[in-house]
Amino acid sequence: MIATLSSKKQNRLPRILEHASGDKRFKILEAHMKKHQYNQDALIEVLHKAQELFGFLEDDLLLFIACKLKLPASRVYGVATFYHFFTLKPKGQHTCVVCMGTACYVKGADRVLAALEEKTGIKAGETTADNQVSLLTARCIGACGIAPAVVYDGVVTPRQTAEKAVEQLKGWTGHDH
Amino acid sequence: MIIDDLTEITEKELASRKKFTIRCCVAAGCVSSNSVGVKEALERAVRDAGLEDQVEVRGVGCMKLCCQGPLVQVDERNESPGATVEIRSVDTGPLYQKVTPEDASALIGTLQGGSSNLSQADPKHPFFAEQLPIVLANSGVIDPDRIESYIAAEGYQALHDVLRELTPKDVLDSVLQSGLRGRGGAGYPTGLKWGTVAKTPGTQKYVICNADEGDPGAFMDRSVLESDPHSVLEGMAIAGYAVGASQGFIYVRAEYPLAITRLQTAIKQAKQLGLLGSGIFESPFNFNIDLRIGAGAFVCGEETALMASVEGKRGTPRPRPPFPAESGLYGCPTLINNVETFANIAPIIRKGAEWFSGIGTEKSKGTKVFALAGKITNTGLIEVPMGTPLRKIVELMGGGAPDGGQIKAVQTGGPSGGCIPADALDTPVDYESLTQLGSIMGSGGMIVMDETTRMVDVARFFMEFCMDESCGKCIPCRAGTVQMHEILTRILNRKATRRDLEKLEELCDMVRHTSLCGLGQTAPNPVISTLRYFRNEYSELLVEDAYGPRRNGNGQCAQPTADSTL
Repeated sequence: MIATLSSKKQNRLPRILEHASGDKRFKILEAHMKKHQYNQDALIEVLHKAQELFGFLEDDLLLFIACKLKLPASRVYGVATFYHFFTLKPKGQHTCVVCMGTACYVKGADRVLAALEEKTGIKAGETTADNQVSLLTARCIGACGIAPAVVYDGVVTPRQTAEKAVEQLKGWTGHDH
Repeated sequence: MIIDDLTEITEKELASRKKFTIRCCVAAGCVSSNSVGVKEALERAVRDAGLEDQVEVRGVGCMKLCCQGPLVQVDERNESPGATVEIRSVDTGPLYQKVTPEDASALIGTLQGGSSNLSQADPKHPFFAEQLPIVLANSGVIDPDRIESYIAAEGYQALHDVLRELTPKDVLDSVLQSGLRGRGGAGYPTGLKWGTVAKTPGTQKYVICNADEGDPGAFMDRSVLESDPHSVLEGMAIAGYAVGASQGFIYVRAEYPLAITRLQTAIKQAKQLGLLGSGIFESPFNFNIDLRIGAGAFVCGEETALMASVEGKRGTPRPRPPFPAESGLYGCPTLINNVETFANIAPIIRKGAEWFSGIGTEKSKGTKVFALAGKITNTGLIEVPMGTPLRKIVELMGGGAPDGGQIKAVQTGGPSGGCIPADALDTPVDYESLTQLGSIMGSGGMIVMDETTRMVDVARFFMEFCMDESCGKCIPCRAGTVQMHEILTRILNRKATRRDLEKLEELCDMVRHTSLCGLGQTAPNPVISTLRYFRNEYSELLVEDAYGPRRNGNGQCAQPTADSTL
């Protein structure tokens, strides 16, 4: 991405801004930046909002933010790639986050994850080819009292086993892999 | 807002209390077991039974025994005349566990004298009886979404007393006298830290609350934020007054959405009542608090990295000194404390430094909240005085390993801590004793491991964590963790020799002494402590090198070696 930015930035920016003027989500994002008075310190807050609106952070979006906050594109890209929470690739329809915190791990989260990987045919951090399921891992979601926990589409589900997790996924994939 | 307003709110709140209060846990652990559905079902059942004027269904914070959630407690109003504060003794009424929405009508039936066969937890069990709640005093009692509920439990009383009756120096003195030490893990005396920030000249100072609870296996701060957010706000405001800061930030993990919502509500309510903002309690003191949401980087729990992140940059640490107390956020003197530290402040001011320093051991005062998890019967939160023996926590309160298993080790301090073997369980839990054992107090996560847990696997698990979370700024941590992880993997795959183990120990030493920040300096701890107590588990996995007995065709020893030199 760095290479593409340096060569094409001049032409890309007007195109992005023009594209942005027709997209309501960019307006919401800009309102959010305005709320922070286009403060450069608010970069992480702005990226949170952008990801909430768009689902992931694509190059054009990052350039748009860089332009509006008057930050170098490298700084925006650097921050977006530093933090695990931000994703530069689109996610699937459904997300399945397996907590791999210590408590979940000693209670068998690794077996749950292995079963899910086998079921979906993808590794943690990937999305299935049909764009249905994204399989992710979390460092610790703080649900250690009910370990092992898995988050299905934002819903924390307690005491998971390999069987329960695979069962849950059946409803999403529609067909077996 | 003046003191009369606080009293008025308290009186109104207490007068509105109905005969029965049904407390339903709506903290994250129970929410994931559908406690919100239970609460709605209970409200419906109360309406159906026509008991609205007698029963209040209240969503409350964590009731500690997370493994049995959703938890519901029924509290019958004690008609003691002259009660001026919220009744805190929550162990009076029956505590129902694993409640489902279907149980709601039966539960309401018991209020009218009916009987039920609902599963109950025993409030006299050591898990509850041995606790000494200070930080968690309001947790499970008050409604975290309503500031009135906090005020009725003596909330913001301490802030009032501080602003109207004490000088900043008085506050510093009482915090110093109380002997409170930082609850984030390192245990630096809080009073000294505050004193340094107060002494440093500067017109603009900041107070930051570190709520980036990154240690896997720790969820105390999350529970405090979800159950009693105002206690943290009050502690921060008092800190602001003591050190001369007018702006505070709470840096909270994005992984805790419920805590974020509760904090946003709490800040809004406090501003509306004038408990944050300008001229608090008609004094010249101004204080505002803003939230900063993290984005999933463990290293941001390190104070200098955290400040970089608050400034909207990559969260990489920088060398200290200068310490944040002298040059922190935006180059200004900055006070950084952990959630639990701030939550201790208001009780210290209210009840006095002597009261606080009377609890705990000689060097570690007060209580500590621990998150019990792993292979243990009762998982959840406990708050015990410092110096409580580990055995009491794990075996008496936690109920030991489930299904008759044998406890092998207790891991404290997350990836920066170590494993304490079962035969050292009689150690009292305080900062010094844990350090002596090669572990650390850490933020308070306690993971119990039983016979089925392989210690080398645990060491590799933590090393993988540190390798992934290393920010990459300094080489010992960036490259050292990768190499250590690689050796540990080879040991587990039975492909490593004695020489590899020696190299691993060398690397531990090197990374520990040459890394830039706490992450790297403590990353070898899980390896060092497991090597110290469970060395045989490592040596059992080693194969002989070219100078030892011959390998079989797979590059493995024909028999597991019992090398006496290891």
